[in-house]
Parts: sequence; C-alpha cells; structure tokens
Amino acid sequence: MKPPYSDMLMDHFSHPRNTGTLDETNPAVGTGTARRGDCGDVIRMQVQVADRHIVDAKFKAFGCPSAIAAGSLTSEWLKGRDVDSVSQMTDTEIAKALSLPADKLHCSALAERAAKAAVENWQRKRRDYAGRAGETRQAKRNRCPSS
Amino acid sequence: MSDGMPIYLDYNATTPIDPRVLDAMMPFLTSAYGNPASKSHAFGWQAEAAVETAREQLADLIGASTREIVWTAGATESNNLALRGAAEMYRDRGQHIITCRTEHRAVLDPCQHLAEAGWLLTVLDVDPTGRLDPQQVADAITDQTVLVSVMAANNEVGTLHPIAEIGAVCKARGVLLHCDATQAVGKVPIDVQTMGIDLLSASGHKIYGPKGVGCLYVRRRDPRVRLCCQIHGGQHERGLRSGTLNVPGIVGFGQAAAICREEMPDEAVRLAKLRDRLHHGILDGLDDVYLNGHPTERLPNTLNLSFAYVEGEALMMRLRALAVSSGSACTSESREPSHVLTAMGVDETRINSSLRITLGRYTTAEEIDRAVDEIVRGVTQLRELSPLYELARKTQGHAASRET
Repeated sequence: MKPPYSDMLMDHFSHPRNTGTLDETNPAVGTGTARRGDCGDVIRMQVQVADRHIVDAKFKAFGCPSAIAAGSLTSEWLKGRDVDSVSQMTDTEIAKALSLPADKLHCSALAERAAKAAVENWQRKRRDYAGRAGETRQAKRNRCPSS
Repeated sequence: MSDGMPIYLDYNATTPIDPRVLDAMMPFLTSAYGNPASKSHAFGWQAEAAVETAREQLADLIGASTREIVWTAGATESNNLALRGAAEMYRDRGQHIITCRTEHRAVLDPCQHLAEAGWLLTVLDVDPTGRLDPQQVADAITDQTVLVSVMAANNEVGTLHPIAEIGAVCKARGVLLHCDATQAVGKVPIDVQTMGIDLLSASGHKIYGPKGVGCLYVRRRDPRVRLCCQIHGGQHERGLRSGTLNVPGIVGFGQAAAICREEMPDEAVRLAKLRDRLHHGILDGLDDVYLNGHPTERLPNTLNLSFAYVEGEALMMRLRALAVSSGSACTSESREPSHVLTAMGVDETRINSSLRITLGRYTTAEEIDRAVDEIVRGVTQLRELSPLYELARKTQGHAASRET
C-alpha cells in the first residue's frame, strides 16, 4: 500500500510538535497557508516574532502522514531561528531529515512554502503597522503643530 | 492489538479458514491424496466422492442442482469463464453485453477485453447509494443483447442490487443473467431459481474456506446455458474447465458452504447488530461522518464511511490497530480513487477520507468497542491538526450566531 516510512517521519506523524493556532490579530504573528491543488494537502504555518527571532511557531496540516510530518518538523526548525534565515530554507533539508519517499517530496515543498509565506505575512504586517503608526504621528502633528 | 496484529475488520477482502473447514480438508492434504480423475482405483474414487459431496454443498447453498456447479480457481476465473464463455458461444445471436459501473474489476476487465475484441458494451450507472434500477436494464436491452452481468452485493459499500427484478427483466427478454455473487454468497440468501440467475460466480476464501478455489453455476434448464471452454486440456468438468481438481480446496469450499447455509440466518442478525453498534458508536463520538452505500439494502457486515476534514492515508496510518481498507487513491495499488465510490457520485475529497470496515464470524463486541474508540480518537486527533476543520467550525459558528 505504501512505502515504509522512516522512524523520524512516523514520530512526527504520531506525535506532531507545535500543533495549534497563534492569534492572527497579534502584529507579531505571521500566518502562511500553502495548498496543493484544489483539494490536496494544506499546511498552515504561523510564527511569532520578537526582536527578529522566531519565538514560537505553530502548524496545522490536512494531508497524508508525510505532509503532517513535514509541517511538524518545519515548525520545530523555525523556533529559535532568525527570521531572516527563513528565506534560505530549502525543502531538501526537510525531505532528507524525514527520508521522504520520492512521491512525497511535494510535502516538504509545501511546508517550505507555508513557512516562507508565514514570514512574508509577518513582514507585510510590520510594514503596514509601521505605515499606519507613521500616519497617526503625522496626523497628530497636523492637528497640533506645536507638539 | 493481540500478538502484535491489528483487529481484523477486513472480512470482505478475505476470511480466515474456519477450523471446521480445515478439519474437513486435512485428510485430503495428507492421506487421501488421490486424483478424482483416476477412475480405476480407490484413491481416485475417494477423491471423487469428496468432490461430489462438495458440489452438493455448494448447490444447496444457492438453490442449484449438482450438475450445474463447475469448479474453478476462484471467482475471478469464474467471471472470465462466464463472460467470455457466454459471449463467444452466443456471438451469432448478438454481440451486446450489459454490465454496471460498480462491478468488481474481475467483471469489468473481461468485459473491456470483449469490447476491445469487437463486442458492444453498455455500462450502466448507479444511483448515489450504488443501486441499479431494473428499468435501466430493461431500457438497455436490444435484440443484440446476449448477456447482462450484475453483482448481487457490492464489495466496497455492501449495496445489494435488486437481482430478482433484474432476473425477471432478463428472462422476459431472453437474455442471460450472470451474477457475480462473491460477496453475497453465505452472507445473504441467494437462490438462482427465484432470482432468475443463469450464471453465478462464487469464491471459497470469502466464506471461511481456502483461497484458490471457486465455482461457476451454469444453468442447465430453462434455458440450458452453454459456454465456450476457456481452459482446455483434458475435458474435466464436462469439458467446461480442464485441469486436475484442487481436491482439498474444493472439500474446504464445500464444508464452508454447508456451514454458511446452517448459520447464515442467525449470523446475519448478529453481524448487523455489531455493524450498527459500530456505526452508532462512531456517530456518538464524531460529527461530519457520511455513510457510503444504501442504508438498508446492504450486506449485514459492511460499513463504508467518510470522515470529513481528514485525509485517507493519514487516517489509515493512525488506525494501525485496525485492519480496514479505504477507497482513497493513495491507499490503492493503482493510485486511483475507488471506482465504486466515484460511480456513486461521491466527491473525491470524501472518497479520499473513506474507510471500509467489514465484520465477520470472529468479530466480537469487544473488538467493535475497541474499533469505535480507535476511530473516534484517531479522527478527532487528525481534525485537531486540520486547518480545514478549524475553518469549518469557525464558519458554522458564524452561521449559528447569525441565526440567533
């Protein structure tokens, strides 16, 4: 039915780490969802960032054991990392760590996309937040030019 | 899991050999080793007698006479003999065959082979429960039709076709009815007379007999059905199927049939109760669970369910403590989703989260309760992991609060 899976993969599938949800409204939280096709696997990754370090990460996944394991392993990988290092992340590291079979490599690719999307989302939120804060300060100055 | 093996809930795939069947077979695996074709000595006569007893046992189970039972190596071979044998024999009468989209590959593939060789093939669609309407058969029959092939019970969802009505339609139009009864025999009553069946396939290993043996019922009266032999070489089985008979297998098959005949009424009730206990247990613990198949016209032992928001391979892996099967693409040999569920109009996501659970003679209430627990826990864990489930809950929450 299916190829034998590595112990690492089975461990991450049976005991997935960091499952759950972070508060999306928190400006320090970035959320990224990667989807495969219309009704295929879905991985959602979330990161919470402080001082450009990822202090927490959570994931959820709909998909086969490889997708769930890739999500779990990636969430662990993300925790403690510098947010700028995520852009250098490759799915081959995930695939190797899990010894993913050839027909499941799309799962590690999906996890990588979700992780990067989460970081991009955090970056975009920061820019928007900073932009709005800037507008607010400017609006205040316009109202009270002396302060 | 006892002795490291999961709880067996895949009885439609195969069954263990009943100890009583093994007892009946043992002499023929040890000291009674004669070839029934050896007409000149006691070893042969002994083997022949045992084979004829088994023939009676099969005939009794399906309402046939002994001369109408032909031994084969299994239901797949029986299907091939029936379909190709009849098509070739009656090709001058017509070359149109009718079958149904939810048939087992052991019927669909020989039909496809005939279509490629020039026969006209009609494949009828089923309703969402997997059932055929006899009127569809009536509408499809032409003056070129020689054979209709419809299974008695579906192996994946358990749905029973209205065979007696289909048989009546075929009889009225002078067309032969072949019934692949592999899953039905021994589970529900089958009577070739009252159901108007002309050819019927059955298999030993589905009814607590050994693998590697089956039979084909070939009607001899009203009408007398003739077939072109597919396996030549010795004229065994009245020229219909050559080859030295698998005596131990046949003896086992016969004994298995006799046991079914005796125990079927009570066993069907027991299995239906256990099946319903399983179903209700699951429904008590989970929502968004869908039944695939007919709710009443189905085998007493079969339950095919889809669990929304979880994926099939992950579900199977999580349920390693249970031996069950799935219609999901990634769990099949061919990497194709179940053609049966597809034919019933079940959408692909739901097919990929389906489980087939089939009970049998050795299934206990304790095993059922264990299975309920495993399934409820496993699905719950996977749903907790699923972003789709979270989204669905949120959406339902919003809808509910808008309603109040």
